Amino acid sequence: MKFDDEPLVPGENLPFRTGHDSPGRLERVLRAGAFVVTAEIAPPDSADPEEVYARAALFDGYVDAINATDGSGAHCHMSSVGMCSLLTRRGYAMVMQVSARDRNRIAIQGDVLGASAMGVSSILCLTGDSVGVGDHPEAKPVFDLDCISMLNMVRDMRDKKQFLSGRKITSPPRVFLGAAANPFGPPLDYRPLRLAKKISAGAQFVQTQYCFDIEIFKNYMSVIRDMGIHEKVFMLVGVGPLASAKSAEWIRSNVPGVHIPDHIVHRLAGADNQKDEGVNVCVDMIQQIKEIEGVHGVHIMAFKQEHRVAEIVTRSGVLAGRELWHPGIARDVDPATH
Amino acid sequence: MYRMRRWSVRNARWLKKLYHGIENALTLCHPLFERIGYQRLDKSFLAIEKVTKGLLMDSQSCGQCIVGFTGLSCPMNCPKTMRNGPCGGVRADGKCEVKPEMDCVWVMAWEGNQQLGEKEYPIQFVQPALNNQLIGTSAWLREVRNRKAVDNEI
Repeated sequence: MKFDDEPLVPGENLPFRTGHDSPGRLERVLRAGAFVVTAEIAPPDSADPEEVYARAALFDGYVDAINATDGSGAHCHMSSVGMCSLLTRRGYAMVMQVSARDRNRIAIQGDVLGASAMGVSSILCLTGDSVGVGDHPEAKPVFDLDCISMLNMVRDMRDKKQFLSGRKITSPPRVFLGAAANPFGPPLDYRPLRLAKKISAGAQFVQTQYCFDIEIFKNYMSVIRDMGIHEKVFMLVGVGPLASAKSAEWIRSNVPGVHIPDHIVHRLAGADNQKDEGVNVCVDMIQQIKEIEGVHGVHIMAFKQEHRVAEIVTRSGVLAGRELWHPGIARDVDPATH
Repeated sequence: MYRMRRWSVRNARWLKKLYHGIENALTLCHPLFERIGYQRLDKSFLAIEKVTKGLLMDSQSCGQCIVGFTGLSCPMNCPKTMRNGPCGGVRADGKCEVKPEMDCVWVMAWEGNQQLGEKEYPIQFVQPALNNQLIGTSAWLREVRNRKAVDNEI
């Protein structure tokens, strides 16, 4: 989606609009009322920037913003700050994920300022997986903050222009603040209240855990609507293709917080091509999610299947003809007519 | 003691009242504490807290107790030391992601909150980040001093 005030220099943010908290594309598109698509980029185990650009290019034209994960699953990869620094230079709208697992309040506040200076306009605050599930289980878990105290802290950096210590910040980070939500984890009846708490701590958009159980999610959303929460936060629902019944089984017993109902596993097991069926399930899920009142978009986490995101978005029809910004489009902007 | 945790959460309502009663009684003793000196008393009070709260809730003596908000479930037993609610990794059976043999501290906190019978759930109060300098000090004496500091401001 292109706006009438697109920057001439690729890699710059949109002009700051009053009433907005960031100059970023994600906030702009959400506030414009579009059904938004975000996707998670796989950070490389490498120091080569070309790998980052190539992975981002897979999403060109199909996503509004890209999430850079921060050591997801407690595995070591290129940092989210590094990924965001590279990709914001090309103009991508980045959602920088910040996990409380690896860094304390001093490091996180420094990263927030640095990332904002590099053009990051959206930050997603997470507590993070435990180190035990990752490839360095012997590492020290930091958890100096939790996601809610982190949200509160970053919001104060932006709105009160101060560090957690109270010391002044001369130019605050202008960031749109996000949180994660897991509607499928116990205690289920507390989960809507948990989201309400994150909003009161500063969350403006939320990206949920994988949604494979539409019934649980519909119940969750009906409580959210009764509480009026859907009017206070932009809700992006997590989806993704499962590679096979076997991998679904593995994920649900090994990845914390992912709930996959039996009927999904059976559907995959009964298919001739399980990988394609995984994509079909994902497309079906998006189409059902889109119809739920209070949902503002989807967040695609296509782990090791990033090359299929374009197909998933196209087949689900969620863009409804909307042309999305990407670096290729930016080059088409003619400075003379601008 | 782990087995006592469940009992404390089930009895959160009157235990919270008792807990606040203790704090009120201690607040009355403020002039005496001041004369003796809070610093000198801290170790003795910490020892009492370790025995009582340790037995009932496996208190980890963070020095900034919030069990009144958490339905008597000590959040410092969460392996991620979360102080604002459950993470997304809670297992389907309500057990901890990191320690599968342990009930999630926050699943218990939610149960405890429902036991309290209060109009609003105190679990919804946004807790500030932990002050690491206060770990291993008496939370009760700190509460008394905080209350007196507020009184003096008013």
